[in-house]
Amino acid sequence: MKTFVRLLAFVKPFWKGVLLSIFTSAATVGSSIGLLGTSAYLISFAALQPSIAYLQMAIVGVRFFGLARGLFRYLERLSSHSVNFRLLARLRVWFYCELEPLAPARLMNYRGGDLLQRAVGDIEVLENFYIRVIAPPLAALLVTLGAGWLMTGWHPELASVLAGGLLLGGIAVPWLAHRISQAPGRGLAAARAQMSATYIESLQGLADLLAYGQESALRDRMSQSESRLAAVQMRLAWSGGVGNALGQLVGNLTLVAILLVAIPLVRAGQLDGVLLAVVSLVTLASFEAVAPLPQAAQMLEASLESARRLFELVDAQPAVLEPASPLPPPAGSELRVSNLTHRYTAAQPPALQGLDLDLPPGCKVALVGHSGAGKSTLLALLMRFWDAPAGVIILDNQDIRDYRSEDARRVFAFVPQSTYLFTSTLRQNLHLARPDAPDQDIHAVLEQAGLRDWLEQLPNGLDTWLGERGQQLSGGECQRLAVARALLQDAPVVLLDEPTAHLDAITEQELIETLHRVLAGKTVLWASHSLTGMQWMDEIVVLESGRAVERGTHAQLIKKGGLYATMYRNQHDELIADL
Amino acid sequence: MAKGALLLTVLLGLAGGLLVIAQAGSLARIVDGVFLGGKNLEQVMPWLVTLLIIILLRAGVVLGGEVAASAVAVRVKAGLRELLLEKFLRLGPAYQARQQSGELSAAALQGVDNLDAYFSQFLPQVVLAGAIPLAVLVAVFPRDLLSGVVLLVTAPLIPVFMILIGKLAEKITRRQFLALSRMSAFFLDTLQGLTTLKALGQSRARAEKIGEVSERYRRATMAVLQITFLSALVLELVGTLSTAIVAVEIGLRLLYGRLDYVQALFILIVAPEFYLPLRNLGLRFHAGMSGVAAAGRIFEILDTPETDVRSQSVNVFRPFGEKTDWRDEPICFEGVSYQYTGRDEAVLQDLTFCIQPGELVALVGRSGAGKSTLAYLLLGFIQPTQGKIRVGRQRLQDIDPGQWRQQIAWVGQRPVLFQGTLRENMRIAMIDAGEEEIQAAARRAGLVEVVDQLPQGWDTQIGEGGSRLSGGQAQRLALARAFLRDAPLVILDEPSAHLDPENEALLTRAIHELCYDRTVLVIAHRLHTVREADTILVLEDGRLVQLGTHDELMASGGAYSDLIRAGEGQA
Repeated sequence: MKTFVRLLAFVKPFWKGVLLSIFTSAATVGSSIGLLGTSAYLISFAALQPSIAYLQMAIVGVRFFGLARGLFRYLERLSSHSVNFRLLARLRVWFYCELEPLAPARLMNYRGGDLLQRAVGDIEVLENFYIRVIAPPLAALLVTLGAGWLMTGWHPELASVLAGGLLLGGIAVPWLAHRISQAPGRGLAAARAQMSATYIESLQGLADLLAYGQESALRDRMSQSESRLAAVQMRLAWSGGVGNALGQLVGNLTLVAILLVAIPLVRAGQLDGVLLAVVSLVTLASFEAVAPLPQAAQMLEASLESARRLFELVDAQPAVLEPASPLPPPAGSELRVSNLTHRYTAAQPPALQGLDLDLPPGCKVALVGHSGAGKSTLLALLMRFWDAPAGVIILDNQDIRDYRSEDARRVFAFVPQSTYLFTSTLRQNLHLARPDAPDQDIHAVLEQAGLRDWLEQLPNGLDTWLGERGQQLSGGECQRLAVARALLQDAPVVLLDEPTAHLDAITEQELIETLHRVLAGKTVLWASHSLTGMQWMDEIVVLESGRAVERGTHAQLIKKGGLYATMYRNQHDELIADL
Repeated sequence: MAKGALLLTVLLGLAGGLLVIAQAGSLARIVDGVFLGGKNLEQVMPWLVTLLIIILLRAGVVLGGEVAASAVAVRVKAGLRELLLEKFLRLGPAYQARQQSGELSAAALQGVDNLDAYFSQFLPQVVLAGAIPLAVLVAVFPRDLLSGVVLLVTAPLIPVFMILIGKLAEKITRRQFLALSRMSAFFLDTLQGLTTLKALGQSRARAEKIGEVSERYRRATMAVLQITFLSALVLELVGTLSTAIVAVEIGLRLLYGRLDYVQALFILIVAPEFYLPLRNLGLRFHAGMSGVAAAGRIFEILDTPETDVRSQSVNVFRPFGEKTDWRDEPICFEGVSYQYTGRDEAVLQDLTFCIQPGELVALVGRSGAGKSTLAYLLLGFIQPTQGKIRVGRQRLQDIDPGQWRQQIAWVGQRPVLFQGTLRENMRIAMIDAGEEEIQAAARRAGLVEVVDQLPQGWDTQIGEGGSRLSGGQAQRLALARAFLRDAPLVILDEPSAHLDPENEALLTRAIHELCYDRTVLVIAHRLHTVREADTILVLEDGRLVQLGTHDELMASGGAYSDLIRAGEGQA
């Protein structure tokens, strides 16, 4: 119920559109009722062979309703679609604005695209909430009231029979149809998911399956999934069929009931015989109003589920709270980290413990260690994706938490492990770093990042589309693009979060040489898993389980013969440069 | 089976048409009897009972029709998926590797499911759109020629308009659909890149952009819809205006006593029923079309030529009889080339070399050099487009692939785990493996330590919905499978990533053990492995550029020593 009320709030700005669509939808059915009612009146009255003058009204009515239905339907579709699109836009902006402060800290538990894809789907479900869920019952109510009022004029008993039938068809049938299809509907989702999992794992593992001669086992598993799915689908077909048959049955039975009531009334002279055909056809026509209600019942549940998921997601507490009265943006970029400790959740061991670090302008520091040692955690804290519970980060002599997080972030250019490219042009992807950058600057950073040859062979230069449906980039090209972005941003401090993690050795070597060249004047904090290019750093901090266990230059650490020296020796032996 | 259900669907559709007419007939008779015939309730009771029976029958027909249509859909879909599966098996992993990830399973799942609407909604509606109007016409013509003509003349207007408007609107609609999916994609893209936007300080500005893009889309779409919805308007108008024309026309003739009331009423009741299925066909048209579009992709997959693959179950001529053990035979590539259909360049070109029994052969080269293709050739997933592979004196393509693979243990880079218990996942390598054999294989691959940590041990469910194994653990499982298989030929794709020291040491030891007394082809990523190899094959752009031992190749310089030096420079 709370979800429902919260959802209703979204419709408020569009109430006029919603009302219009409800009214036109009721008017469409009303026109049908009018058309059949006046037609029945026309022929019944004509059968009594009166003067043609008496029929003129009825003929005009028939023509009017014949035209009106199409026009109302047209208006209804336009108004309802307009509401849908406005609502969709509003839901998207709302969801984005709510999600923005949560990223990335509160979204980490959700696996990658999965959650977001579902959220996008949920929003699309909600888009239809008002038109498919709210509007049909209200339109049906209007039609019931209108048809009831019409019938009352002829005889109140007829009105109560029709209203009873419509209520049965509009409430009981949808409720029942929904009830009986609920279990098989859920079963269908489960059977589909199972089938999908079987398919995906089998196709991905085709080499393994064929190599191990598992063809027939695979066929068996597939046909098992298939027959389970088929059984559920048939059960769903039965319950759907029962729902539809019941809907039709209730309408027709109401007709019989109307006849049973109306015939004695005609005989008793309480109802004009001319109206017998009219009440019959009005009854049949008015059931069109309740026809969409079973679907509305199903949509209601789907909408509430989608809404619950979205609300749950956006109701999370942001990991970073903005200061009530922020300092002006930092002027300098000097950084000092002291006694910094961080835990992601209370149950987990600390990801970072009592770390101290000085980063004067121009200084180059490497953070090395196995995965999970706390390298990325420090970078995430500097970027204010999280706030540390203990210890402090001092930026330009002030606690970083006293700045607006956006202002603090402006000090940093961040090069991640894998670069996200938006589905848009190369230029737009780079403009994200500096929206007003002229093309010559873009060319300059691409050249610096070693992408000039790549750019020259692109079909449309800076206008080439990247991302999922665009130009495919190799891992090395992607990372170089991230470097170009960082250069364009021209921030004083560059944070490198294992930018070469997914690259092969030769590409890694080349990229590190590029970084060495282009980042000469910047402050650099470089988290790295591999120990390539360490000679270039002013200080290397070796992290283990969140603690700094060794620090010094490459030469010092090798000489010391500790963890760093062991790691270096291991990596030296480990891989050959292919991939 | 599907044919029987389809026939039932058609028959039930026809029965539905007849019942519509019967219902109109009995209702007309009741009203006429009371209104003009002066009958009372008891006198029309037999007709009321008839009406009730017809109504009940109609409900039954609706139910039966839906169930029958679903039965058709279910069977057709199952049949199609079976065809697709067999096709995937025949095309093998080489085909799969060249498709976009997930696209094939999407075609088999969503693609086939999209056909559901076609079979369970569109097709029955086509039947109804044919049956009901026809039945109505047959009933109306003998009663009143003029009304029959009105119906007959106006009926084709609906499909004609539908097709005409549909053709006009199709392009626009498709463009709109594209715009819609682009906008969805834009939104998803934004959400997925949220962290990047935040890091670049652009996340707030983006909210406005979302609103802007949506609003622009709404305006453009509404402008288009104003036109495309005219189709709905026209369809409604044809139906309702025709009904109005019929009503007026029979009304006037009733006035002059040229038509019986009962016939007139019948025609009036039946007229909307005449147009209804035609209009519904228009509504379901979209479902039908998206089904046809989905079918396009499915048939495209089914029609993929199989020239470069071997049928997995073909009975081949075997000049050397039923030989099933090739462990002492050398495997020789003689001028082997391989080219994927539709590609300009061959992935492998003119390879000639031999693998002697018991040898450890390492394959090295940068990514894209053709290493996996070579492994697939040896596994018999694909056939050389030129040259031949010989096993002893036999050609590999003359050997039954199932029998040949019995000789092979395969360890891929990313071993795939299937839904089921850990034990079931092991038995993929040997279906009838006993508990001890499994245990022994697991010990040698270092999998026992993993199993011991799991709460349900060998009965732990893994794969989708079960517990997840880490990369290192999955790797151990793959090695354990290979030990369990105990095959004379091992084909191994070494992990290319850095492993932590513990897994690294274990992997090295296990591979060393696996190689003992077996013929091994390894796609090597580790210095340790190449040092031990009897022969190293160096691939560059599909060609075999160097061949020899580590020391020989290091001494002679060239591609191999470049690769090794870059690897060393890395640390």
